Amino acid sequence: MATTIDVMGQFKLTTALGPVGASVNFTQSNLTMVVICALILALLHLGMAPRAVVPGRLQAAAEMLYGFVHRMCIDQIGEEGKAFFPFIFTLFSFILFGNLFGLVPYQFTITSHLAITAGLAVFVIVLATFVGLRTHGLHFFSYFLPEGLPIFLAPLIVAVEVISYLSRPISLSFRLFANMMAGHVVFEVFASFMVAMAASLGAIGYVMAVGPFALDVAMTGFELLVAALQAYVFAVLACMYLHDAVHLH
Amino acid sequence: MTDAPEKGADFDRRLAEARQRQGLEKPAEPGPVAKTSLLGIGMRVGVDMASALAVGAFLGYWLDRVLHTKPFLMVVFLLLGGVAGVRNVWRLVGPKRPGHQE
Repeated sequence: MATTIDVMGQFKLTTALGPVGASVNFTQSNLTMVVICALILALLHLGMAPRAVVPGRLQAAAEMLYGFVHRMCIDQIGEEGKAFFPFIFTLFSFILFGNLFGLVPYQFTITSHLAITAGLAVFVIVLATFVGLRTHGLHFFSYFLPEGLPIFLAPLIVAVEVISYLSRPISLSFRLFANMMAGHVVFEVFASFMVAMAASLGAIGYVMAVGPFALDVAMTGFELLVAALQAYVFAVLACMYLHDAVHLH
Repeated sequence: MTDAPEKGADFDRRLAEARQRQGLEKPAEPGPVAKTSLLGIGMRVGVDMASALAVGAFLGYWLDRVLHTKPFLMVVFLLLGGVAGVRNVWRLVGPKRPGHQE
């Protein structure tokens, strides 16, 4: 009578949009991305449509999002950060909406897949490396050799710095992916406790199921924090890598 | 004994000066930690360390296969990966070097 606990089933990709989607392998992940982009565009377009001096709710949300990312770019990268603002804004809002959208019941969390987060992280690192090479030319490689270093230590430090640089996309992608996946697994585990208790213990089970339910409610609040925080961390790190590329050290 | 308070104040001043000279007083700029939220730091530290170790292990394994030096380079790069992990964390929480522009 025990209900099997299938916590990973929620991350399985299925095709969306019926037979048309199935024929081109259009998954629910792709569909979610399209929806998220539409939501972001809708927020910006509809929010800014009134152009009120005293903003309404939507306009305030759109302006806050814009202002927050704009300040983050300038604080983290410097004046040059303005050039990267469109990129960071896209990145941040995409991840933020992806994380938050995953908290809506029955919706898929795109950032719980390593393929998505790794794609974003590699994009950030490759961009930062290109920006560094373009700004500084071959002088960019002095990034791996701190100045004032005794020459006999150079091979060791260069190896360490290169490994540290290469570890960036890994840590960037795994942090977001692991946080989002872990949160949703915990949701599912508590939820299946509820089902199992109600199924096996009858009336007492229904009473006891209040425990896991309360935990899931508390987890929802925590996951809202994690969703926003991880999007912020991802964007801040992207800014810091771009800062390093622009300024070297 | 009437000048005891002045002496005390003088001592405090000289102590502060001496500590400044020895670099014991932290400058007002506390590094990047204060700017980011502590929760964000906590989320980053563990993954930063582990990922560098993983990259070191992978590089060592790959170079061993290419250069047929098994298992020598893997040992070396595993250690270097650990060092790089600590370097990552130090970059996050350590003090900024003087003259460093943020």
